[in-house]
Amino acid sequence: MGALRHSLELLFSGDREIWWTIGTTLQFSFWSTVLAIVPGVPAGAALFLGRFRGRRALAATVNAIMSVPTVVIGLFVYSFLSRSGPLGGLGWLYAPAGVIAGQSILAFPLVIAMTYTGLQKLDPRYHETLLTLGAGRWRRLLGILKEGRFVMLQTVLAALGRVSGEVGVSMMLGGNIRWYTRTITTTIALEAGKGQFERAVALGVVLLAIALIINMASHLAVRDAA
Amino acid sequence: MTHSTRRILFRRGVVLTLLCLLVAGPLFAFGDKATTPPAVPTPENPRVRLATTTSTDNTGLLDFLLPEFTKDTGYTVDVVAVGTGAALTLGQNADADVLLVHARALEDAFMAAGHGAVRRDVMYNDFVIIGPAADPANIALSANAVEAFRRIQASGAIFVSRGDNSGTHVMEKSLWQRAGVNPAGEWYREAGQGMEQVIIMADNMAAYTLTDRGTWLAVMERSTLGIRYEGDSLLFNPYGVITVNPAKNPAINAAGATTFLEWLTSPRGQQLIAQFMINGKQLFYPSYRE
Repeated sequence: MGALRHSLELLFSGDREIWWTIGTTLQFSFWSTVLAIVPGVPAGAALFLGRFRGRRALAATVNAIMSVPTVVIGLFVYSFLSRSGPLGGLGWLYAPAGVIAGQSILAFPLVIAMTYTGLQKLDPRYHETLLTLGAGRWRRLLGILKEGRFVMLQTVLAALGRVSGEVGVSMMLGGNIRWYTRTITTTIALEAGKGQFERAVALGVVLLAIALIINMASHLAVRDAA
Repeated sequence: MTHSTRRILFRRGVVLTLLCLLVAGPLFAFGDKATTPPAVPTPENPRVRLATTTSTDNTGLLDFLLPEFTKDTGYTVDVVAVGTGAALTLGQNADADVLLVHARALEDAFMAAGHGAVRRDVMYNDFVIIGPAADPANIALSANAVEAFRRIQASGAIFVSRGDNSGTHVMEKSLWQRAGVNPAGEWYREAGQGMEQVIIMADNMAAYTLTDRGTWLAVMERSTLGIRYEGDSLLFNPYGVITVNPAKNPAINAAGATTFLEWLTSPRGQQLIAQFMINGKQLFYPSYRE
């Protein structure tokens, strides 16, 4: 238990780097979630509302993409962002923009799938009522999103949880550069490997706290909806 | 107000508070960033990406040198610490501007292929073989490094290899080759990790490993292993700095890379390298000659 106490002391000793790392992680998670939500939620809702051929196949595909390992996504995005790749001119590899891009791509299918399945659980009569009232496509989309706002909240939280806890994308695209792209998870991987467990454990506790906060908020959102 | 609506309002309050906590984090980070000290000169492209071996990073040498470099030149160096092999690949793909590595044969091949612009000697130290205190392979009795390696294999003791084509790994492979040993089997563990990680792993397995002396001095306090063999001239470990050929890609920060190379081999850079110590021991010896 002594080690754990040392780690907690490290957190509250005003160690600038540890708080910088936490802040950076939250910043990356925040922006990548925003970038995944903005196209992902409407896409998920469209998948739910749309009546087109291959809709189910598309939903299944989105579900399948959701389980692609983070390192594979990292590798894929890496090959694009490398200076010898097609998007190399952006200068995003080993920079915050690269991590955020990779993480939003990681969260995007999750957002679509959660929006889609979440909306399916809504009372079908709501959508039917909108239809019989003669609401247009956009009016229905807005109505459904309003009715499903707890679904949205849960989706946002799930995306936040996914990106703040992943290590593959941050490591490959960020390069774990100190004072630049080092995040909670890459620091844990680095420090544990070096046998310096205090910093790793302290950040592990923070990551756990973030996950708990997200889960509690998500849980309360569901109970609120019910 | 009914009991249940009050409960719902309370829960909403909790959810909102939790969300605010999550959103406040990024704001905090923005505020914190502003407090990092501003550099004195302001180069046009102030970020230089250095791909380097884990030894220069793990030892703390870069943490010691880079703030001085930033103070002198205004450049911020983004360090990507990988093995020498990976660092050279980053250079080849133009994903790094400048390299600090230690595998002379690979460096020469890199220059010959036109991937580099300028290469200079920077500093040196040496490799040592570390292992458990009991020294089960009796390598302390070896006449040279090659014999030490032969003894390790013959004893059946575990050897942890970097396994990542780093400078240390390249040196290790050449020693196995000289010893006439095919490094494979249950006793030979390829870690694929940085030097510091491999030392910690070797410690946990009570195994032998090859390390540069600098990383060993930086890690030894946290390890129960010790140096079991040292001193063979074969174990000489020179470091070189290479600017990546700017003709490869317009995104390369050529000015920054050259500034770094010049600074590291300047009297000031060389003097700082010699001043870097851990527990009163010098880790690297400057070696640039014009």
